[in-house]
Amino acid sequence: MAGNRSISHGTPPVVVAANGLLDRRAFLRGGAAMAAAMTGYTVIKPAAGEALKEDPWSLAPGATSPPVEQRSRFEQKVVRTLSNPNGEPRNTHARTPHHLLNGTITPNSLHFTILHGGTPDIDPDRHRLVIHGLVKRPLIFTLDTLARYPMVSRMTFVECGGNSAPLFSPQPMQASVQALHGLASCAEWTGVQLSTLLEETGIDAKAKWLVAEGADSPAVSRSFPLLKAQDDAMIALYQNGERLMPGNGYPMRLLLPGWEGNMNVKFLRSLKLTDQPAMSYYESKIYSQMLPNGKSYQFYFLQEVKSFITHPSHGMAMQGPGFYEISGIAYSGDSRISKVMVSADGGKTWAKAALQEPVLSKSFTRFRVPWQWDGGPAVLQSRAWDEAGNVQPTRAQFIAQRGELDAAPAILAFPNQHYNSITSWAVDRKGEVKHVYA
Amino acid sequence: MFTRKHAGGAAVIAIVMTTGLARAEGPNLGKPISQAELAAWDISILPDGTGLPAGNGTPAEGSRVFAQKCAACHGENGKGGINAALVSSAPLSGISAAAKTIPNFWPYATTVFDFIRRAMPFQQPKSLTNDEVYAVTAFILAQNKLIGDSDTMNAQTLPKVRMPNRDGFIIRFADKI
Repeated sequence: MAGNRSISHGTPPVVVAANGLLDRRAFLRGGAAMAAAMTGYTVIKPAAGEALKEDPWSLAPGATSPPVEQRSRFEQKVVRTLSNPNGEPRNTHARTPHHLLNGTITPNSLHFTILHGGTPDIDPDRHRLVIHGLVKRPLIFTLDTLARYPMVSRMTFVECGGNSAPLFSPQPMQASVQALHGLASCAEWTGVQLSTLLEETGIDAKAKWLVAEGADSPAVSRSFPLLKAQDDAMIALYQNGERLMPGNGYPMRLLLPGWEGNMNVKFLRSLKLTDQPAMSYYESKIYSQMLPNGKSYQFYFLQEVKSFITHPSHGMAMQGPGFYEISGIAYSGDSRISKVMVSADGGKTWAKAALQEPVLSKSFTRFRVPWQWDGGPAVLQSRAWDEAGNVQPTRAQFIAQRGELDAAPAILAFPNQHYNSITSWAVDRKGEVKHVYA
Repeated sequence: MFTRKHAGGAAVIAIVMTTGLARAEGPNLGKPISQAELAAWDISILPDGTGLPAGNGTPAEGSRVFAQKCAACHGENGKGGINAALVSSAPLSGISAAAKTIPNFWPYATTVFDFIRRAMPFQQPKSLTNDEVYAVTAFILAQNKLIGDSDTMNAQTLPKVRMPNRDGFIIRFADKI
């Protein structure tokens, strides 16, 4: 391609879309240029002519290794935001700080959680999983016995059905990517394929659904189709290599790759095969979405193709004109991401983003586009496609189908769900980044 | 020659499948459990009433339980407090979830029983007797004028309660079922 040839001969990178978006391949071989990539932190320019010297940490031995490594004390601001820090008698959410992370794996301590009755303190030796109902042999499993089964590992995201709900607001809410999109995270999950266990219990021919139930205080329960159970459903025991975090379902959770977060029942203790869905509270009320025509969606299941830019994003301050890397996260509950396009002029012109390998089905995919910001106003957007041919809707398309609220909701509220349209960040001349609709 | 070998392989596979040898080669570490042993965890109620336990309750009985164990969060007679209102006559309108109520949204009355029994009261879930759960369910349904003030709820009557929004739903991904 012309862009690659021009780079290899040392000429400037090729501008491929308005407001300074560069060819995605411009810096693939130019590692030094990447040093200028935007990190989300304030970049302190080294003072010219300052002589290097030894700092105290280079002049004496450091601390001994702890049994469990802790983050640097300089990273204490990298935290989840909490919806219910004082433990009032209701649910509690903790949101992932996407703007302070990079790559595609969410650290276990920062994976989002939603709990409907607090985090139970489960003794793994006393936890049991029972599979019953329309099976030939009802069986009960301990954690130790499940740990002896053949295991699989897969990268997959989990996203709350209510993630991004503030974007149903008729006005763009001024909130960080953490507040808007922080109820999605991605991890490598390891566990036992549910189909393996169902082979052992046998399945009655009348079975069509499974009702999953947790051991937490509200015994959260959700119904899901047998088709999914026999496809890629997993009983997850490990999260990024270690046992599940308590807030993510310790000692075992149901994992339904690509499907609505709440269906991935945590603290899983029971799977009952049935001929009909249970119409549990969460599927009857909470995760049914009202539509403009007076009807409501039910059994949405999928977290559809979606993307958002994390760097830069709301609340960040640009450090003056020059080179930045625009980067973000794309995912689809249906398949692999096939393409992400990025715009710096509110969707009039687009540049193809580089997709970080490996690009995996139902998993976060990091996209990147080099950007030469000229210091003028810009509106950044990303739009994703998946291999099944699904495309992230524009806001106009989405609102036409799903509607819009009459007034801005509380930022932590879930007025509606399954928002997967485009997020727009406006950069002004001062370098401030705001949330806009474009 | 090639054809005969291939046919022989297929025959071996057929024998393995018909004798169930494939399953026998798995870990088979699940322990059989009887219905009686798992009964305490077999609490899901299906919309047709499957799973509803013996017992019964009336709105009047439920009123007393509600005042004692539910009103602190859900307000006097379920009018709403620090947690959601359970009684309402507001119509369903707009797309905000705040408009959803039991009478204008929930498709099945069995869900009321199921959720109270597994999850309420918030601080002491699974502490109510089945009679108390039937009674509180009856109280909430009666306050919402979905049943009469003297109707008894039990395993036979509860599934027959017709919720107004039963047909108000579209299955989003029916092809996945």
